[in-house]
Amino acid sequence: MTTPAGVAERLTSLVGALRAHGVRIGTGETVDAAQAVEALGFADRELLREGLAATLLHGTGQRQVFDPVFDLYFPRGVGGPEQKAAGRDDLRERLAAALTANDHVMMGRLAVEAVDGFGGYGSAPESDGWSSYQTLERLRPQTLLARVRDNIRSQGGSSGFADRLLEDEIRQRIEAFRALVAAEARRRVAERRGRDEIARRAVTPTADRVDFLFAGKAQLAELRRAVQPLARKLATRLAARRRRASRGSIDLRRTLRGSLSTGGVPMKPVLRRRRPVRPELVLLCDVSGSVSGFSDFTMLLVQALHDQFSKVRVFAFVNRIDEVTGLLERGTADPEGLSARIEAEATLTGYHGSSDYGMALGEFAERYGAAVGPRTTVFVLGDARTNMSDPNLPAVRQIAGRARRVYWLNPEQRSRWGTGDSAAPDYAELVEMHECRTARQLSALVARLLPV
Amino acid sequence: MFTSVDDVSARLAETGYLASPAVATTVFLADRLGKPLLVEGPAGVGKTELAKAVAEVAGARLVRLQCYEGVDESRALYEWNHAKQLLRISAGRDETWDETRTDIFSEEFLLTRPLLTAIRGDDPKVLLIDETDKADVEVEGLLLEVLSDFQVTVPELGTIAATRRPFVVLTSNASRELSEALRRRCLFLHIGFPDEELERRIVRLKVPGLDEALARSVVRVVGALRAMDLRKLPSVAETIDWARTLLALGADTLDETVVQASLGVLLKHQDDVLKASAKLDLDTLGAL
Repeated sequence: MTTPAGVAERLTSLVGALRAHGVRIGTGETVDAAQAVEALGFADRELLREGLAATLLHGTGQRQVFDPVFDLYFPRGVGGPEQKAAGRDDLRERLAAALTANDHVMMGRLAVEAVDGFGGYGSAPESDGWSSYQTLERLRPQTLLARVRDNIRSQGGSSGFADRLLEDEIRQRIEAFRALVAAEARRRVAERRGRDEIARRAVTPTADRVDFLFAGKAQLAELRRAVQPLARKLATRLAARRRRASRGSIDLRRTLRGSLSTGGVPMKPVLRRRRPVRPELVLLCDVSGSVSGFSDFTMLLVQALHDQFSKVRVFAFVNRIDEVTGLLERGTADPEGLSARIEAEATLTGYHGSSDYGMALGEFAERYGAAVGPRTTVFVLGDARTNMSDPNLPAVRQIAGRARRVYWLNPEQRSRWGTGDSAAPDYAELVEMHECRTARQLSALVARLLPV
Repeated sequence: MFTSVDDVSARLAETGYLASPAVATTVFLADRLGKPLLVEGPAGVGKTELAKAVAEVAGARLVRLQCYEGVDESRALYEWNHAKQLLRISAGRDETWDETRTDIFSEEFLLTRPLLTAIRGDDPKVLLIDETDKADVEVEGLLLEVLSDFQVTVPELGTIAATRRPFVVLTSNASRELSEALRRRCLFLHIGFPDEELERRIVRLKVPGLDEALARSVVRVVGALRAMDLRKLPSVAETIDWARTLLALGADTLDETVVQASLGVLLKHQDDVLKASAKLDLDTLGAL
């Protein structure tokens, strides 16, 4: 079977778009993908999708980048639907029917019509486009919930115990429809503006590459779900580092003592035994609005790693500091509510609500100074924006003097340190400061910096 | 081995393995491109079962290498049978050392382990490398030669290349990130939780005594549990266990008491049970 002309170019530009999103694909895989295309043909688009995913991707997280990019390069169709949408009420009527029957094909077709009917804006060739937001605002599929529910109940499609799940299921179907609309709008825009640009800009990156400071709610929730597997991975890495660290150095005294039984010839070298000291960890987290996503994630990660350390203590601050270790331990069952609980149960603010590093660090050195000893590693998490108040460098110096190591993880881009009210350069002179903008960076840093 | 993707689904279904389109497509490609298949996914979705089903369909022998921390060359590839070699030397007839040496390093004294077994011989084989992530990084290096060229080098015998390539399946629970080098030699397949319709068919197939309406409710409840933020999400294996439990309890429909009593089959942590009970509006006080 020969492949139609242009497929090779399309495939390579798909690979290019995926590479731009950080998916590492070699030439060998591209060749495999082409062979897969040849073997599968173009008859079934979903098979083609799975085939390309199998040959090009190497991990689970890459799939959510792949799917929208695939939709752009191998679109379902070209242009608008043949049939124009009759009107908003008619469309809502048919959508309700499709949601009731959970008919995916029909929902896909309705999404195409909806974007065509209600998503267009602008008239000049440079400024016009298609908006999923506008489509969904006009259509308001979420308001169909009650109607669909009553429809299903009256048809007897749901009864007994499982009936209480019905509303959530319908919500999921509506959510799926919204995703279809978004994909369709992206496809229409891509026809207008060129695929490559849209693939680069309009496809959200994988969750571990999203900036903490700009992550949306859904992305943060996804990150939270990733905490357990990530922690498990880091724990194996730490264990490996620990194993390696305990090999190699020879205990001369005991080797010589042992050699007496073999006439002074050291037959069996005795290795120095390490005392298994588990290090202690102290975390100081800025939980003020601007960086709370970052702190939350890091706190959960460290909590998940707690059995690697003899003691983990976590402190949260805005402009006053308080210990939240207990809240975190109980919080493993309910990570979403963590920040709300910290806010409700810990004293973090004094007279005002904005963050003040100087005051908080000073209070830590004064009240909880005993928490830091020669075996303790301290992590400070925050953007070091002090709202123009005194950064209180002596307090940091005092903490650094007592601790084994102090690291500062800053979720801001390095180029923005020191701009505005950021005291990052001052702190960076006293303690080691690392840029930590994404979950990927964080896990690399944690694996490298955590004491063994 | 297979003629089309539909052929894969149909023939896997005959052995009792219902494959999603993604699974069928990837198995088809793995066969067609002659590449190993790396399967990832949560526990209990049928990763190992897939390899067994493929072996059954192809009428091939399943060779299994179970990985664990500390698995090494002598467990995975081959080993010389030292005891037998010593016997051979001590029972030596009058012959020169050179003759003895060539003799004791011959096939007779070679103990083949799964990887070598899989590439020797002409009969069709399916090689299953289970829980690859549990093995140490060094073993991955060992796998690279086997998986890309289907050959093994034994210093005393030379390179042994496969006359007939086995169908290779590697599974991983992602407890450790596998190396990029290994990943790029494989086709990647993520088996997630099946969609509602497929899972219902699986339940009906594995638990034939369960009636249609109850199976539907079972799958819906499991789906709702998976949408929650639990420590351990119930997998297909748990769904089937639950369906069997309900059958054994003689339940015709789901109601609060039945669900409450059997939730432990689905969820393995007390935290999860409490959380799910609260979200499903169960009477939690009764259970405590």
